[in-house]
Amino acid sequence: MPIEVNGKTLETDEEGYLANLNEWEPDVATVMAKEDDLELTDEHWDIINFLREYYEEFQIAPAVRVLTKAVGKRMGKDKGNSKYLYSLFPYGPGKQACKYAGLPKPTGCV
Amino acid sequence: MADFDVPELKEYPVIPILQEDVMAHSKPYVAKEEFQQQLSFPGELVENWEQVAVKELGDLTKKYRSLKVFLDSCVKCGACTDKCHYFLGSADPKNMPVARQDLLRKVYRRYYTFAGKYFPKLVGAVDMTKDVLDEWYSYFHQCSQCRRCSVFCPYGIDTAEISMAAREIMDKVGVGQKYCNEIIGKVFKIGNNLGLPEAALADTLEGIEEDIEDETGVAVKLPLDVKGADILLVTPSADFFAEPHVDGLIGYAKVFHEAGANWTISSYASEAANFGMFIGSYENMREVALRVRKAALDLGVKRIIFGECGHAWRVAYSFLNTLAGPFDFLDPNYPVPQHILEYTHDLLEKGKLNIDKSLNDDKVLTFHDSCNIARGSRMGDKPGGQFTIPRDVIKAVCNNFYDMQQDTIHDSTFCCGGGGGLLTDDLMEIRVKGAEPRMSAVKNVVEEHGVTHMAAICAICKTQFSKVFPYYGFTMDQVISVHQLVGDALMLSGQKSDDEEVEDEAA
Repeated sequence: MPIEVNGKTLETDEEGYLANLNEWEPDVATVMAKEDDLELTDEHWDIINFLREYYEEFQIAPAVRVLTKAVGKRMGKDKGNSKYLYSLFPYGPGKQACKYAGLPKPTGCV
Repeated sequence: MADFDVPELKEYPVIPILQEDVMAHSKPYVAKEEFQQQLSFPGELVENWEQVAVKELGDLTKKYRSLKVFLDSCVKCGACTDKCHYFLGSADPKNMPVARQDLLRKVYRRYYTFAGKYFPKLVGAVDMTKDVLDEWYSYFHQCSQCRRCSVFCPYGIDTAEISMAAREIMDKVGVGQKYCNEIIGKVFKIGNNLGLPEAALADTLEGIEEDIEDETGVAVKLPLDVKGADILLVTPSADFFAEPHVDGLIGYAKVFHEAGANWTISSYASEAANFGMFIGSYENMREVALRVRKAALDLGVKRIIFGECGHAWRVAYSFLNTLAGPFDFLDPNYPVPQHILEYTHDLLEKGKLNIDKSLNDDKVLTFHDSCNIARGSRMGDKPGGQFTIPRDVIKAVCNNFYDMQQDTIHDSTFCCGGGGGLLTDDLMEIRVKGAEPRMSAVKNVVEEHGVTHMAAICAICKTQFSKVFPYYGFTMDQVISVHQLVGDALMLSGQKSDDEEVEDEAA
């Protein structure tokens, strides 16, 4: 199902992940979050931005532990855990946050 | 949280009242052309697909005698009917193993038996039609190839092999499953199911080393691509990426460290899983397995050890030698390959690991036997080692352990509900329903013995449980790696206990 962002129609795969990573812009995340009835706060954006930076460098989403550690460093130790990430992204930080950030879905036994 | 009914948990397995076709809507996403072609399958349904499918079925019965025997020998005794977790959880009669087999058997009869050729209606034989193909696609992706039914079948008919054959035929006519086929393509291209490139793997391992050192004060290494190492560890890539898997990886690293082992991970064979088995494709299974051989040769190792992964161990234990052997270049004094639990078990028996069991006293454990290990392989040199070794290891590092009911463990174990290539979000309904028998058994030990955690030795089981636990009133962190338990109780040489640290700080 394609999504409409700022007047443009962007292709997605069956699960709603952006088909073309280069088409991402911040409003992609906002539109996707709206579909999930989620309002994006600064905390959400911190995660989304980190995911995009990491992807840029490594061509994959970060491992859960890499993500929690980075969040802990940036936002305080009490937030460096999966529980905090799930409170922001109830469908799972790995999958939901990646989707908003325009990253492909992590595959495999995860 | 679910847009379907979550089954109620029960005190013991109950045969549900049948609800015909209640799961007929369940289908995974179909693989796109690019994913199909990476595996040398046609990109879309081929023109004369009926003939191709029928011919492929005939070829498979010649290639695998077992398949022909399984298709010929069922006497409809009914022993298997209530043994499948997907049937028990969904109540759909087509999820009875015999009914699932019959989806393929009825076509086999039509084209390959005398009675089916001339009197099809008398023997329930049908033509290969699009409706039949669609039904295959749905119900052969509601089988996790766990083989529990085969344990109870008086003829030993293995539905897993029938389901693998069906998936192979579907791939050959151009209708593959996205989840499995995309993943196998990633193994060929990048080396693992996740698509975790070498640089990301190196960065992740470094991060884990830092964490272990922060926590214990000991520099435990997770070496990558070290030529001349003695041991190559091949583990599911989920161990690098997901929770609770990564804590198991930390456990392996601590064990290797304490044993003074010279070990390495390979970025080329950074995956133990072999989804080639799930899709019944010998060629693809072989290609994945050959990566392990190449990595072992390139790195010049003497031993190969597999991490906690269910079907990987089945492929390794049962097929690796014929798929990718001979492994005559490895040290013959050790099993080829070896399971990480065999390795740790041996060290524990010899008293080479300094264990403080009380460090796991905050938990009461039970253990989930993974299907492919329980029913498709063995560990150690004694029959039933695959049941005793994991439990011996858990009991050696934990004070509190209780098994689940007898008819839900060992070779009667219930699948987690996500095995066999079903661990994908588009199959969440059947995954949740299929988990019901295991969840019921967990609930019983929780109520009877106050069990807090279930230990597992398979990446799929761990992910599946962390996803389905919340549907049944448990929490996602109640599943744990066996090697996390080992790692948490293992006192590293030079590591200070918490008490000593407090004393240091006071001084």
